[in-house]
Amino acid sequence: MIHVANLHKSFRGQQVLKGVNLEFASGKITTIVGTSGCGKTVLLKHLNALYLPDGGEVFVDGVDITKLPQDELYRIRSKFGVLFQGAALLDSLTVFDNVAFPLREKTKTSEADIRAKVGERLEQVGLGAMGGKLPAELSGGMKKRAGLARALIMDPEIVLFDEPTTGLDPILATSIHQLIARTQQVFGFTGVVVSHTIPQVFEISDYIAMLANGVIEEVSPPEVFCSSHNPAVQQFIHGKTEGPIHVL
Amino acid sequence: MVSFLGRTGRFALDQIAGMGRMFSFLMSAIFLAFRPPAKIHLIIYHIKTIGVDSLSVVALSGFFTGMVMGFQGYYSLRKFNAESWLGSVTALGLLRELGPVLSAFMVTGRTGSAMAAELGTMRATEQIDALDSMAINPIKYLVSPRIIASLLAMPLLTAIFDVIGIFGSYLVGVSLLGVSSGSFFAGMENSLVFHDVYSGFLKSLSFGLIITWICCYKGFHAPPMATGVSQATTESVVLSFVFILVWDYFLTSIML
Repeated sequence: MIHVANLHKSFRGQQVLKGVNLEFASGKITTIVGTSGCGKTVLLKHLNALYLPDGGEVFVDGVDITKLPQDELYRIRSKFGVLFQGAALLDSLTVFDNVAFPLREKTKTSEADIRAKVGERLEQVGLGAMGGKLPAELSGGMKKRAGLARALIMDPEIVLFDEPTTGLDPILATSIHQLIARTQQVFGFTGVVVSHTIPQVFEISDYIAMLANGVIEEVSPPEVFCSSHNPAVQQFIHGKTEGPIHVL
Repeated sequence: MVSFLGRTGRFALDQIAGMGRMFSFLMSAIFLAFRPPAKIHLIIYHIKTIGVDSLSVVALSGFFTGMVMGFQGYYSLRKFNAESWLGSVTALGLLRELGPVLSAFMVTGRTGSAMAAELGTMRATEQIDALDSMAINPIKYLVSPRIIASLLAMPLLTAIFDVIGIFGSYLVGVSLLGVSSGSFFAGMENSLVFHDVYSGFLKSLSFGLIITWICCYKGFHAPPMATGVSQATTESVVLSFVFILVWDYFLTSIML
């Protein structure tokens, strides 16, 4: 389980997170929504300590990961898979080698087993025939799928998705959402999704957390979230410029 | 006045903190280079990119530097009827000074700038974050193999520069300007001592470390945008040149 307590973070004097408190339910998908630039990705990157907070704690299975030495932190990070916004595939490696990369670097798995496991993951994300391609030869949607295959290759307990559908057309976005939901059902991981593709993302989410003005305004299941009387939630859902959310 | 002093003090503190971060980056990379597992395949790959891929430009610049030394040396020495010392002057100049410095400049321009741009792009496209999130230390994976590779490749490149430079000087001095072949090599043999070779070797080794350190640091910490990558590349080349010259002066003054 992940638990964020009183998280504060500033960049060059601008306070982005102003005391975020949030719990992520195990085995469920929690989606963080909010306006562009409100700090969703910053919050996500605190969950596996890619960013360290100015104040507050991030607990993963009861351990505060913000104060861990590097070896301990890397042990905790092995529980995570991350799908980055641009997929962040290593551009000098083929799709196959990208997906195989964590297995080759972090385990002593034989090449035969790596081939079998990578092939299986690539099939699951619909890229069975694309293993030999370089990332530069893939479309945006294919890159996200390859990134997802890499994020899942170590059978992580927690998977972080940073805007998995940004820049994709509505059909591809839906297919990525379905892929996330399907893989979550198969692997049972705890998913944290950062997105502003509403309402589509509600269909795959167990909980919606809304970040606004540096704090969590609301956490609830999608159906409750949509009917919330919280003015910030209403402003966000209906895309109004007037309201409690400060538009940048 | 107080605000001026405050700004100056803050600037000085920022510079000291920046140097501290650079030094800490280098220490981490060196420490991680000795920590298993060794990344042999990456070291071999970077020996190719730093050494083999820079070979043609180093050889070409060595050849022309040697030929220029042949001309300049001949016309200077002729004033003292000392043309026979051309081999000695060329070899001493190349082995002790020009070989290590110019080949380091060539490697900075050819490979160091590429290192900074590659790592800067990896930073901008979150590839470095991806490594970190996979619990793979990006300094161990990206920087340490480059440092080991440059320590191995740089002295070899410098040696090639020196040999081709001497050949260039020989061509001009002996074949074109009529210096005796025997006196060209005899002068070299009489004046060169092991210390000359050793000081050039030590310089090339330290220049290899400086280039990789600065270029990797600048690329690794490039602001994640297109202008950030170009800025990091420019800074890495300029700073490497300055560090090479300053360190060269320091080493020369203690090794003379």
